Amino acid sequence: MLRRRLTVSLSRLEFWEASDMSAENEIVKLSAAQMAQKLASGEVSSRELTQAEINVIAAAEPSIKAFLTVSASRALKEADESDARRAKGEKMPALAGVPIAIKDMIVTKGIETTAASKILKGWIPPYDATVIRKIRAAGMPLLGKTNLDEFAQGSSTEHSAFFPTHNPWDTTRVPGGSGGGSASAVAAFEAPLALGTDTGGSIRQPGAFTGTVGVKPTYGGVSRFGAIAMASSMDQIGPVSRTVLDAALLQELIGGYDANDSTSLPDAVPPVVAAAREGQKMDLHGVRVGIIKQALGEGISDPVRTNFEHTVSLLKSMGAQVSEVDMPALPYSLDAYYVLMPSEVSSNLARYDGMRYGIRVMPPADQEQSAQNMMLATREAGFGPEVKRRIILGTYALSAGFYDKWYGSAQRVRTLIIREFNQAFKSVDVLVSPTSPISAFKIGSEVSGNPMTMYMNDIATIPANLAGIPAISVPMGLANGLPTGFQIMAPQKRDDLMYKPAAAVEAALKQESCADMLSSLKTPWVDQAAHGSDVAATDADQINKAEEAAVEAKAVGARSTREEK
Amino acid sequence: MADNAEKLMSFDEAIKRFDPVWGLEVHVELSTNTKLFCPAHYEFGATPNTELTPVSLGLPGSLPVINKKALDDAIRLGLALHCHINEWSQWTRKNYFYPDMPRDYQISQGDYPLNGEGYLDVTCEDGTKFRVPILRAHVEDDAGKNTHIGGADGRIEGADHSLIDYNRAGVPLVEIVTKPVEGTGAKAAEIAGAYVRTIREIARALGVSHGKLEQGNMRADVNVSLRRSPSDPLGTRSETKNVNSFRGIERTLIYEIRRQATILSKGGEILQETRHWDESTQTTTNGRLKSDANDYRYFPDPDLVWVHTTSDHVEELRKTLPEMPWVRQARLQKEWGFDDRQMHAVLNAGAVDVIDQTVQAGATASGAAKWWLGEIARVANEQSVSLDELPATPQDVADIEEMIKDGKLNNSLAIKTMDGVLNGEGSPADVVAKHGYKVVEGGDKLEGIVKDAFAKNPDVAEKLKSGNMKPMGVIIGAVMRATHGQADAKAVRQMIMKIAGNK
Amino acid sequence: MSTFTTKQVKRLGFLVRIGLTDEEADHLKNDLNVIADSISKIQELDTKDVPPTTNPVPLKAHLRDDTAATPLTLKEALSGAPKTSDGQFVAPRILGSE
Repeated sequence: MLRRRLTVSLSRLEFWEASDMSAENEIVKLSAAQMAQKLASGEVSSRELTQAEINVIAAAEPSIKAFLTVSASRALKEADESDARRAKGEKMPALAGVPIAIKDMIVTKGIETTAASKILKGWIPPYDATVIRKIRAAGMPLLGKTNLDEFAQGSSTEHSAFFPTHNPWDTTRVPGGSGGGSASAVAAFEAPLALGTDTGGSIRQPGAFTGTVGVKPTYGGVSRFGAIAMASSMDQIGPVSRTVLDAALLQELIGGYDANDSTSLPDAVPPVVAAAREGQKMDLHGVRVGIIKQALGEGISDPVRTNFEHTVSLLKSMGAQVSEVDMPALPYSLDAYYVLMPSEVSSNLARYDGMRYGIRVMPPADQEQSAQNMMLATREAGFGPEVKRRIILGTYALSAGFYDKWYGSAQRVRTLIIREFNQAFKSVDVLVSPTSPISAFKIGSEVSGNPMTMYMNDIATIPANLAGIPAISVPMGLANGLPTGFQIMAPQKRDDLMYKPAAAVEAALKQESCADMLSSLKTPWVDQAAHGSDVAATDADQINKAEEAAVEAKAVGARSTREEK
Repeated sequence: MADNAEKLMSFDEAIKRFDPVWGLEVHVELSTNTKLFCPAHYEFGATPNTELTPVSLGLPGSLPVINKKALDDAIRLGLALHCHINEWSQWTRKNYFYPDMPRDYQISQGDYPLNGEGYLDVTCEDGTKFRVPILRAHVEDDAGKNTHIGGADGRIEGADHSLIDYNRAGVPLVEIVTKPVEGTGAKAAEIAGAYVRTIREIARALGVSHGKLEQGNMRADVNVSLRRSPSDPLGTRSETKNVNSFRGIERTLIYEIRRQATILSKGGEILQETRHWDESTQTTTNGRLKSDANDYRYFPDPDLVWVHTTSDHVEELRKTLPEMPWVRQARLQKEWGFDDRQMHAVLNAGAVDVIDQTVQAGATASGAAKWWLGEIARVANEQSVSLDELPATPQDVADIEEMIKDGKLNNSLAIKTMDGVLNGEGSPADVVAKHGYKVVEGGDKLEGIVKDAFAKNPDVAEKLKSGNMKPMGVIIGAVMRATHGQADAKAVRQMIMKIAGNK
Repeated sequence: MSTFTTKQVKRLGFLVRIGLTDEEADHLKNDLNVIADSISKIQELDTKDVPPTTNPVPLKAHLRDDTAATPLTLKEALSGAPKTSDGQFVAPRILGSE
């Protein structure tokens, strides 16, 4: 299987150019499932694998900038522990030894966690998120923390307080957001797997922009304990991967009930791995697919539309029964979302007040040096413009006299949207749409314009968050050399229903083009890593750190120096 | 800031001219093992910032999970207050910034509280009853504690900075909110005081709270407004925050009635504002105007879901309710044979439990009351602690009573013994042994001492012998001095009579 | 339906403790008006008899037993603090009016 894939890949020009691939080079391009097999058979150790990824990270980061923190030293230690457990004959979980990158929105004990915000710069959490506990228990080395739009607010990763992340398909373009760091890291082979958080499309839209698979599980399917809150009623942690099966393996690992999260579902994780394997057989007879009429309106670029229609035809050719579904309230999703989300944000981000963690900025000398003025100065200097915009908007939507008109209305519209989904899922098993109406745009092209232009990026992904249903984005081919994404949504707690057609689409597209899409990505950094010697972990730990320190110093120094402990 | 109390209209005058309407928001801290939303254990007085989990410290990513015991205790309290227990209740965020508030929002309950409407009957000193209407009793979490450094007496004014101990953050509170209480007239403060005392009795009887006001287990916000006549609409109210003593609550009411009456009678206007009770000046001082106050932006907490309380569960909890304080008090009053005034004194002293226990340990009710409302209450007052915080136990009191009954102690020795117990010298037996307290019995020895006293006071002796018993105390005093208080007063009296020839 | 004025944005900023310069408030005002104009569409829908949704997955609260877990150590609790003294967090002067 592997042999054949590589042979096929080598038929492409870029791989001829890199024909002297070393063994290490091959390793990082494997799927997580394939890595797991090699680890299980003893063909490769977790240490070798982890070191290979660190080498790629060191080579790729100058141009990709996916990581805020590289935890190479710890990762190698964890890899050794994983190898030792295996050597002792311990029964290891499926993904044991496979390294992973974590969006910096998820709390990691002992590893700096910033949500890509100046206000949290330097915070080293004293606890682990539930998903991190599971990942550590599974013996998966943690490569580092990936970049995002500050507090997951944005669709391009340009709103990171520290630096934008670049799209490996075209480094002048954005990787999407907010989880652009995780998506780029996985697309660029810096990590086989990553975790993201998805509040309005932050896993799926970067998946579409980078040619990776991104999953937002059913709300409550994966514990949110330790996921820094953006909008609590919509946030969900999910997998980022290069294959549908990898995503399923990761979801089964991180999913399930958690007594630390009051919104956690008591149900067992749906059988997503089995569903993904079933889908690989490319037989979709009996699967009812609904195309949302309202999701194909204006604003969808022609190449995205073309790829979408082609993918739908592939579904049909595999036996799926395709029909159109009318959801008239769906266009109001974006509006309801941009009331509810900022409202929750305004409250969730109140705790960053310079008292207990993160930076403290004292007011200018001509002002009273009071606690209140300290909070005003800290939050003014610590939050970026997009975060401030949403906090103010949400504060307004919840304020006395406006609550009913804004927050209350949006909550009721949300009910209507949920009802429409319930109605739709009576006649179809899954609903499909393009993940994003466009492909990756140029860095800087949307930042300073009309804010609604950026918000429109999430028009197709937001409804799933409002309704709490699971959704997956799978690559649906390139358009003008850039990836596009196909979104499949399923009813609550039936994540398995979307994995099957997702895996089928993946397999059909691969069969059609004789290769998976990512194999056509030029990855000079992978080749560079393969040619060089091993990067020292302590050096890797310093990647991107100088730049971040400069940003922090500027924020804090603008008003006063950071107070000593 | 503080209005001068002397310039205020007298309370009697104020009540003559205005009809007071008041309301209380009483916060009762539940004494659960762990906090409302996280498994951190809480105990008053622990080392600062050692009773925290990521949740109660408000760390990013942490999430609240509801403590079942806290809800059950709150429901039991609600049942005792005759509240309607809502089948579905919801958590609401109250958003405001303060350094002691770890998330900068409090998790409380809004439109759907756990306990809905109820009432509490209270008894006044003159025996009349009054029904205080309750609007709701909801559950919420507490904030941490600030210590102001660098100012005078730890006060906020003039402080340089504050130290924050977040231990208390997340401790469960039940906030019991009355409806506007009307028709109390001159008894406003008395009824308010009785209402809060009764809530404390209930909370302690249920075992849901320590009910120690001095440790912040209970505190109240006091709302007061005046109107010219009961048929007028409600006037503008002031809200005095966080009053933490029974006395303070009563005095706040009286002060606010006088203050508002003074302003209104001069044609002035009452500002809708938050005020503070100042214990040192016994006045309220103005705080924030409601118009520029916080907009709390209440909304349902998306980290939590609806709480479902089934009627079966409520009935199960109802079965666990102990005898309610007012039922028990009526029973005990009857058993003890106390009149209303005596019983009121017992209630006011918070001595029902200790007297009950002392009686159970073998003492008579009047004997027990004599100690708990007398010598022990005096020492408790001196030390500003509650009765049960002193070393004397109901068993000690019963033991001393027993010794008196057996003639082993006289009254003055008994008081000395009790003082020893209160001094921490051990049980009454220990104290008696240590000091060698012993009643000097009658007989030859006593006769000698009395005769000696007669001889040293010839004038008195003359009068006594002529049948004028008035100056007998002089001789008793002399005998007591001579025996270091160990003589039995009764025996001395008999001996005097005998020697004076009046027997 | 332009709703925001610069003054109002500054007031909202104060309410949520973000000190904004006039320039920043002015800029935010423009953005917020664009957003508000767009999202005011939600009021077009007739939702009079529709109940609000706070959480998308219907759940009854899970209630936890009153059993204590190991707390953070004092060192852990204070580890992120910008300023501490004597095992406590240090706040700048809290004014009575706050």
